[in-house]
Amino acid sequence: MSRFPDVLKALAAATLIAPAAFAQDAAEAPEGGFGLGREATTEEVAMWDIDIRPDGKGLPVGSGSVELGEEIWSYNCAHCHGDFAEGIDRWPVLAGGEGTLSDDRPVKTIGSYWPYLSTVYDYVYRAMPFGYSQSLSPDDVYAITAYLLYSNYIVEDDFVLSNENFSEIAMPNEENFFMDDRAETELPQFTAEPCMTDCKEQVEITAHATVLDVTPEDGGEGGGGGID
Amino acid sequence: MNDIFKGMKPTRRSFLRGAAAASVGAAAGGAARASSDPAFAEIQPWMQELGDPVDAAPYGMPSEFEAHVQRKTVYWLTADPISSINFTPLHELDGIITPNGLCFERHHSGAAHVDPALHRLMINGLVDRELVFTMEDLMRFPRENHVYFLECAANSGMEWRGSQLNGCQFTHGMIHNVMYTGIPLRLLLAEAGIQTAGKWLLAEGADAAGMTRSIPMEKALDDCLVAFKMNGEALRVEQGYPLRLVVPGWEGNMWVKWLRRLEVGDEPWHHREETSKYTDLLADGKARRFTWEMDAKSVITNPSPQAPLTHGAGPTVLSGLAWSGRGTIPRVDVTLDGGKNWHQARMSGPSLSKSMHRFYFEFDWNGQPLLLQSRAHDSTGYVQPTKNALRELRGTNSIYHNNGIQTWHVKKTGEAENVEVS
Ligand code: HEC
Repeated sequence: MSRFPDVLKALAAATLIAPAAFAQDAAEAPEGGFGLGREATTEEVAMWDIDIRPDGKGLPVGSGSVELGEEIWSYNCAHCHGDFAEGIDRWPVLAGGEGTLSDDRPVKTIGSYWPYLSTVYDYVYRAMPFGYSQSLSPDDVYAITAYLLYSNYIVEDDFVLSNENFSEIAMPNEENFFMDDRAETELPQFTAEPCMTDCKEQVEITAHATVLDVTPEDGGEGGGGGID
Repeated sequence: MNDIFKGMKPTRRSFLRGAAAASVGAAAGGAARASSDPAFAEIQPWMQELGDPVDAAPYGMPSEFEAHVQRKTVYWLTADPISSINFTPLHELDGIITPNGLCFERHHSGAAHVDPALHRLMINGLVDRELVFTMEDLMRFPRENHVYFLECAANSGMEWRGSQLNGCQFTHGMIHNVMYTGIPLRLLLAEAGIQTAGKWLLAEGADAAGMTRSIPMEKALDDCLVAFKMNGEALRVEQGYPLRLVVPGWEGNMWVKWLRRLEVGDEPWHHREETSKYTDLLADGKARRFTWEMDAKSVITNPSPQAPLTHGAGPTVLSGLAWSGRGTIPRVDVTLDGGKNWHQARMSGPSLSKSMHRFYFEFDWNGQPLLLQSRAHDSTGYVQPTKNALRELRGTNSIYHNNGIQTWHVKKTGEAENVEVS
């Protein structure tokens, strides 16, 4: 900048302030839109719109018993998630863990953690069994969902789940979720001008990664607290 | 022209090789006396022989000497490598843009190979017209270009209980920063006509995970994009080719890849990725939901455990990255002594909202051990907290949103380790 003539400097100050360095004219649409795309047919929407909400919106007509669910489970799900949804190896644990959420090692399962039953139905149909998504019939999914409720001690073994009694089931941990409150509980604490000089007298190392020694050399095996 | 050149090449090459061989005896003797530097020991082959023709690499790859620069996974983190994660090698990169082939990957049912000719984007729900777009239709909408970071909410999630992984690739590598070309989401929604009750949007992917996330309408109408290009070229398969959602500043899981459907609704859906996962379990057993924004964060990428100081005492370049889901990063502080004294780092390169920022701190290393930390300040006045300050508020079970200050212990040897300090 020091070699710029004064005129240029003044010009730069007037016009080349940060925003101009990166052009950002918003893209706009004409009144009434572009008329691009085509109307989706009712059948197309029905094929793709598979989502289920806590209020039961999206649930197909159908039903399934714990008993049938156990059978479907043992063929399609048990080899990863275990006979009782207890999880095998590192595959997800889907049952148990009640009362562990404030423990040192909480076990988050459908029974101990999930706030809504609709999530089980929605997820099992859209994503499971792993590698064969969207292959189960509504009755199968109701049955598996009933079985998962049973494995989590939420219903008895003679229970039959259907679109009609679905919203009567409340999940035990629903009340323990709350909306992100960082704006009130954290941001005010983390906006003070920090200390820059002579901030501490002593600094000690309190933890070492090499103690755990789980960093992969070439992506090798190890073991430690995971991401979930 | 092409043919003549090809015909000539071997003759010319063998001639030059012959000439080089003939003079080796004399030249080598002289060079050995003139320099102990192996670079001067002989005329290197690349100085003498012809290089690759222009048709050797129609899609270019990095130098063979950079073959170690790779995404890496940590096998014990997940049950199998299909529903898994790999990490960006931040310590090997500079500037602010992440090269496409090094952007970390997280898929829940593997990276889907979607045929663009059979890809459709549907908009349904509380809209005046339920619509289906082909990729060709989408190419006729106005586009915008923006640079944004994408950080997985679980980035640094393995560090809640204490230092665990030795390298910024593993502690901070679930992030990338890319220039997206895409259609403002508000233009697509306007095309369908959002009804007044439409307060939420469900974005859904076309992969076997059928990834879904609920997004509040204000965000959808604000700065979200439906992107088809990254850093100028088509999205990579593992980044959602041919179409992905861009949700600037918000956790990476919401940036639905292989985007196939947008549904407008009056309530959130509370799907698996916003209940079972991506909710932040606090010490008292209660959990925060919808923790979308990524708090300001920074990390020193060099030196770091995978990038030790090999040059000994003297002039040293410290470098790192900082970002915030709420704006820009006007300032980063750096300490060499574990937080006794801090220095303002030098910011370098474009300072864009919700993009990574590059900082440097050049210093004269006295060869003694260092305890390096960086501390980001964002444009809202937020200052990156310590890990302990976060633990006091949240405990150690929340997995997600760990933006605490990272410490590297550089030893006299120049090796670095992931540590925590008092
Ligand atoms: C090949 C192994 C495998 C099989 C078989 C399988 N799953 Fe899964 N399941 C997984 C994996 C892997 C995940 C986690 C996917 C991810 O990371 O998103 C998962 C996740 C789940 C979850 C969510 C867990 C959580 O805590 O969020 C449920 C529920 C589930 N599976 C149910 C089922 C049901 C029901 C079946 C049978 C119809 C089934 N799974 C079959 C591997 C499997």
